[in-house]
Amino acid sequence: MTWEIVVGLETHTQLLTESKIFSGASTAFGAAPNTQASAVDIALPGVLPVLNAKAVEFAIRLGLAIGATIAPRSVFARKNYFYPDLPKGYQISQYELPVVQNGSLKIATEGGEKTIRILRAHLEEDAGKSLHEDFKGMSGIDLNRAGTPLLEIVTEPDMRGAKEAVAYARALHTLVRWIGICDGNMQEGSFRCDANVSVRRPGEPLGTRCEIKNLNSFRFMEQAIEYEARRQVELIEDGGKVVQETRLYDPDRNETRSMRSKEDAQDYRYFPDPDLLPLVIAAAEVERVRATLPELPQAKKERFVGQFGLTPYDAELLTGARESADYFESLVRESGAEAKLCANWQNGELAAALNRDGLEIARSPVPAPSLGALVKRIADGTISGKIAKEVFEAMWRGEGSPDAIIEARGLKQISDSGAIEKLVDEVLAANAKQVEDYRAGKEKAFNSLVGQVMKATKGKANPGQVNEILKKKLAG
Amino acid sequence: MLNAPLTELSAALAGGKVSSVELTQLFLDRIEKLDGELNAFITVDPARALGEARAADARRAAGESGPLLGIPVAHKDIFCTEGMTTTCGSKMLANFVAPYDAHVVEQFRRAGAVLLGKTNMDEFAMGSSNESSFFGPVRNPWRKSAVPGGSSGGSAAAVAARLAPAATGTDTGGSIRQPASLTGICGLKPTYGLVSRYGMIAFASSLDQGGPMGRSAADLATLLNAMTGFDARDSTSLERAKEDYARDLDAPLAGLRIGLPREYFGEGVDADVDARVREAIRWYESQGAKTVEITLPNTHLAVPVYYVLAPAEASSNLSRFDGVRYGHRAAEYSDLYDMYCKSRAEGFGAEVKRRILVGTYVLSHGYYDAYYLQAQKIRRLIARDFAAAFGQCDLVMGPVAPSTAFEAGAMSSDPVQMYLNDIFTIPTSLAGLPGMSIPCGFDSKGLPVGLQVIGNHFAEARMLNAAHQYQKATDWHLRVPAGTPL
Repeated sequence: MTWEIVVGLETHTQLLTESKIFSGASTAFGAAPNTQASAVDIALPGVLPVLNAKAVEFAIRLGLAIGATIAPRSVFARKNYFYPDLPKGYQISQYELPVVQNGSLKIATEGGEKTIRILRAHLEEDAGKSLHEDFKGMSGIDLNRAGTPLLEIVTEPDMRGAKEAVAYARALHTLVRWIGICDGNMQEGSFRCDANVSVRRPGEPLGTRCEIKNLNSFRFMEQAIEYEARRQVELIEDGGKVVQETRLYDPDRNETRSMRSKEDAQDYRYFPDPDLLPLVIAAAEVERVRATLPELPQAKKERFVGQFGLTPYDAELLTGARESADYFESLVRESGAEAKLCANWQNGELAAALNRDGLEIARSPVPAPSLGALVKRIADGTISGKIAKEVFEAMWRGEGSPDAIIEARGLKQISDSGAIEKLVDEVLAANAKQVEDYRAGKEKAFNSLVGQVMKATKGKANPGQVNEILKKKLAG
Repeated sequence: MLNAPLTELSAALAGGKVSSVELTQLFLDRIEKLDGELNAFITVDPARALGEARAADARRAAGESGPLLGIPVAHKDIFCTEGMTTTCGSKMLANFVAPYDAHVVEQFRRAGAVLLGKTNMDEFAMGSSNESSFFGPVRNPWRKSAVPGGSSGGSAAAVAARLAPAATGTDTGGSIRQPASLTGICGLKPTYGLVSRYGMIAFASSLDQGGPMGRSAADLATLLNAMTGFDARDSTSLERAKEDYARDLDAPLAGLRIGLPREYFGEGVDADVDARVREAIRWYESQGAKTVEITLPNTHLAVPVYYVLAPAEASSNLSRFDGVRYGHRAAEYSDLYDMYCKSRAEGFGAEVKRRILVGTYVLSHGYYDAYYLQAQKIRRLIARDFAAAFGQCDLVMGPVAPSTAFEAGAMSSDPVQMYLNDIFTIPTSLAGLPGMSIPCGFDSKGLPVGLQVIGNHFAEARMLNAAHQYQKATDWHLRVPAGTPL
């Protein structure tokens, strides 16, 4: 009998504000320990939190981007627990009334597009870090991260299996970077996912879930969910029961292990923070933020399919990041060429080169106008696609503009039919065997003859013309 | 000079009759002489005070002026002062030195006031007798075996004994008004949000409010002018135009409508207290004010509601005192949990622990709705009682506390009886309203009685006007305790 894997994700996105959510201290990553912790972050006596307006704006941006309700009134609450890296002894978060409510995000799955409901997104502050290495018999505390603004985005249990969970996480990852609220750096912890995983027989009510922590890459997320689902299925099939608990994923062993059970769960004694007034957001403010939003990935993807006739797959790739989509639109504009050709170049040569050198598209040595100039030369027949690859490599190495490279290397395509005919005659004369084979029905022989002509011109002959002339001569 | 109002001191400084250094030295000498017994101060730093006095004199010489320039003022040890210990009356913070000034301290500094010292208080402002201080109890200058009230008992005793011309206090459920009443001085708790809480160590954030303690209503107006004002560092600070609280001091009383809450008179109130308060109200009537009986029907719920909400907030506010970053840390411990337990067990006194326990309990899963949420609802009902009452009157008057100063130790074994001492001050705090205490006579033992004047939100100027007019006709506020003669 089959099992259905049910996943819900909670994602902590670190907001790209310059200062912390309740203090003026910097949020920059990597400073010496405790140099970016103000009196408020250290929770000295008598200090008070003041909400960062930018963090609220970012929450509104996310809310609008997922079609959610922006709560006109939301409330900050205190989550009380003791831990050395939690200076106040409580975390300021939103509990009963979050700022963003009931949105959704579309993802591409094997079975087509699917909508994942997002229950809520709430603002909260991050804790500091406990450092256990380097301190013999003691722990170090670094409060630089304490007070960093987070937006915790919580889905309904709408994903079925690890692949959908990863598709959602990727879509959200794209979106938060797209709208400029989070840098998406998973290694530095700017985008952290926890997965709630349960299994059930199709049609049955939801099973008992386990929360998996420490999923700091998409690959680990997929592995962890798969492992955890397998563990639960085996447990149930052996007559056991899943116990609700929090589990930690260990990428070295590719397994999850118990961190704490529900029984150990603390009573956080949530109550509204009396130091902060309810967060009231006027409709006009929501509209102001809406006006600053760029075209969103989903809309852009649909437009790329509709306006440019791209395949959904190509459109999906191109809208994987805002920089990529911007690059593409610039490329189409600059080249004046067919969008499909542009898409092939961006998703093909360019993506491969970026990937090979480990570069982001924004730092591509070949910017969109340059690639556009190259594609233009393919479109107008100056060079063939094959030659263009050689030109592209030269451009990548910084050898200049495509026209300069074509000129300097004499790569201009031969489209003079008289010249090509002369060459074809020579090749036919020198390859009687292949001509015979072709006429006997061996199609492959034709390709070989084309190859000979191209070789004779160092690839510069217009391949369309070569084909045409060859066919004519062979038929004649 | 020791018994002069702020306006006179200010005039003397302006006229060159006295320097700030001389004035400060005068009060320092008196502290030296009398505070060994009273214990009103936790910290006095004469060198620093005189340094500030010299700076004030220099500012005056440079052409500056102002009602507080060069005037020595004592701050309750709950206000953080840069470079000087701020203990909050607790062992937990016995060695804590803040790297910043509280907003209130900053405001006084800007006005040129001299920081005379930090006054004693109930630990973390939790108490009504000033017996819970780690630095020992404060004595009442009127009767040294009696308590001065609390939690701002040190400030009250200092002003009453003329150890300082003025002081600051904080009031969560009566901590300015009740000690003012018990020591025969004036104290005002402003409308919630008028005085920034930045740098004021939190007890119960939704109730805490700083305010002035002084010898007359006119002095309070001067002090309040310095203390109030919007502060972006406190999200509950009210953004409103600065006002002059002295502007209406001399307005006539005719036509003033005074509400007398049925619940504030009669059973449970000492006969002497009741009599003195009624005498004061009769004086107002003689001046053309009209009295109207009002009812605040939820008064009896105020103390229980307060003792749910204030401890709830306190239990969370005091979590930061964990021995990790500052404050008391136990000398020996086996692990993190043990460090927390021992540090907090050693650092906090009994009353603080009691309130942390109560607060933790009422916020716990399964009890939150029954206690915390229910208390919030009743809090709104209490506020509504006042809103209805202010439809019928301009000010409300009644006793500050049901009794005059009680003997030290008399209530320490019965916290609930102690809590009931705040029955007439707590409702105002819950409603966020301003309330003040002014002296209105003495009981048969010679202990001062306070008249409470409660106003609607932002009615401070009107309250001060009513008090000032009364003080022009009476001299209760000018009486000096026999035990601390001038």
